[in-house]
Amino acid sequence: MKIHEYQGKQLLREYGVPTPRGFPALSVDEAVDAARKLGGSVWVVKAQIHAGGRGKGGGVKVAKSIDDVRSRAKEILGMQLITHQTGPEGQRVRRLLIEEGADIRKELYAGMVVDRGTQKVVLMASSEGGMDIEEVAAKTPEKIRRVSIDPVQGLTDADADEIALGIGIPQAALAQGRAVFKGLYKCFDASDASLAEINPLILTGDNRVVALDAKLNFDDNALFRHPEIQALRDLDEEDPLEVEASKYDLNYISLDGEIACMVNGAGLAMATMDTIKLYGGQPANFLDVGGGATAEKVTAAFKIMLSNRKVKAILVNIFGGIMKCDTIANGVVSAAREVKLSLPLVVRMKGTNEDLGKKILRESGLPIISADNMGEAAEKVVGAVKGKR
Amino acid sequence: MSILIDRNTRVMTQGITGKTGQFHTQTSRAYANGSACFVAGVNPKKAGEDFEGIPIYGTVADAKKASGATVSVIYVPPPFAAAAIDEAVDAGLDLVICITEGIPVRDMIRTRYRMRGKKTLLVGPNCPGVITPDELKIGIMPGHIHKKGPVGVVSRSGTLTYEAVGQLTELGLGQSTCVGIGGDPVNGVKHIDVLKMFNDDPKTEAVIMVGEIGGNDEETAARWVKENMRKPVVGFIAGVTAPAGKRMGHAGAIISGGKGTAQEKLAVMEECGIKTTRNPAEMGRTLKSVLK
Repeated sequence: MKIHEYQGKQLLREYGVPTPRGFPALSVDEAVDAARKLGGSVWVVKAQIHAGGRGKGGGVKVAKSIDDVRSRAKEILGMQLITHQTGPEGQRVRRLLIEEGADIRKELYAGMVVDRGTQKVVLMASSEGGMDIEEVAAKTPEKIRRVSIDPVQGLTDADADEIALGIGIPQAALAQGRAVFKGLYKCFDASDASLAEINPLILTGDNRVVALDAKLNFDDNALFRHPEIQALRDLDEEDPLEVEASKYDLNYISLDGEIACMVNGAGLAMATMDTIKLYGGQPANFLDVGGGATAEKVTAAFKIMLSNRKVKAILVNIFGGIMKCDTIANGVVSAAREVKLSLPLVVRMKGTNEDLGKKILRESGLPIISADNMGEAAEKVVGAVKGKR
Repeated sequence: MSILIDRNTRVMTQGITGKTGQFHTQTSRAYANGSACFVAGVNPKKAGEDFEGIPIYGTVADAKKASGATVSVIYVPPPFAAAAIDEAVDAGLDLVICITEGIPVRDMIRTRYRMRGKKTLLVGPNCPGVITPDELKIGIMPGHIHKKGPVGVVSRSGTLTYEAVGQLTELGLGQSTCVGIGGDPVNGVKHIDVLKMFNDDPKTEAVIMVGEIGGNDEETAARWVKENMRKPVVGFIAGVTAPAGKRMGHAGAIISGGKGTAQEKLAVMEECGIKTTRNPAEMGRTLKSVLK
């Protein structure tokens, strides 16, 4: 799960990581009020969307007067912000963060992820802040410092100091840098985060270390023990189809192609998408129906797949193990009837009660195209789409 | 022979009284030698009771002592599953197979840390389990698609593993042991560990390795294969079409920071002499083509 920058900063402050003062705003008036409350003479108006690259897309502006805050807020609020992470259609800006200006002496980077190799959390930091860290890693890997964190001890003072000095935090600000890194880890650990990024982390003119940005993602599997983080979820930032699917315990991700697919199991679902591509088609989605797929679940899956207007055909690929093919076949038939399916439907079923399942499909009277293996299924569904053109 | 488990393995089920634990203990017990192999269950609140004749103990240590089981399979719900692994490790079991999906990563980091220097091997979590055809099935895979034979199977996914096994069996190629290592980012044995076991198993003649996007375990395994493996290995990686930054069902199946793409993995595997296919419908035939 992702949260907004202003929510991330709030959380970081609870763990002693300094951030600029600021307030979220949902309207232009709220933005102006926020600026007045903050006082001072320089403010930053920041679009709050879950995607990165907001500055480059025009979603972050500096204002030097209250009138300026008002016009910047008007400009950004409601805009369709396009960044390298939003896709070409962009993301509508519904919230702003109004912050006091910062005196930036140097831009640094700090990030935290779970390293699968060492099976520990790793802190990464760099003297090259404000840039895409993947670019820094590719061009100047020596500028990235990392340390693996012992899950029992936590981040030690010695490790925190070594990282701080390694990225050019001066001696005068060392204690601050240490507090930031240790706070970041405490926050990461206590909140079951899966990724944390402060880019940029800045060194101010008066030697303070401040988080100018905050990106935090959380482990979905751990949300059950964090109602306070669940409360930060902003459904406006998520694909409505993915939200709808999650209500039925379906794992759905929208893609750009025209062939919808419904599969049991994540690995097989990915492999099915790959096979569609291999035969010259493009998958419209990833959809794992999981185990125990009931008629209700299959119907919900069909409705969700078909809400994507680009879809021209559907491929169902089921390897029945625990889940029986006849159960799935009944689900598919009732779903196709309920949604009055008019698009070509190719079904490949394998495994437990395969023959019974095929018989149900055959005798349904629906124009379902049957296939014996994944390759044939993909070929038929791609053919059905091309034939339609 | 086989790897990890065979007809002489004695198994306890942790979480035997839950719906999932009951169902899969029943089907595993009904497969091949299962009725002799499943000898104990664990539930701290139901010690002294039994599940269809399988005695239930309050702790893993008690179950081990009373039944002689050295392997456990875990169906405990996600919030408590890591603690269940810890208990099995502390009791000194040889092998723990954790089926549970959805364990928080932070819990697994602590559990793996505790396991350092201990003898217990962990398979999973979030995996279908392990099966040695015609001998013993520990997990949720459909037993009937398997056939005894010379091919080792190791995979990060569930149904995609069944797909590979189904193709092999249809071609008349049986399996020595099939190991589902699971789709989580922090887990127990990895591809490389299972490949090492297959390399040393006289009954395994070739191995099919099924991977997916995320991490670099497949690359690590491939480099080991190049230097050490005496048997042919073929491979498939799911997720060529997966977009970056999206978690594709499995918690571990995500391309992050441009790393862990299927293309990258396939390229390294091929460089290391592993024959790969882009077509998952061809996994079985690809394996057949490398058998002598």
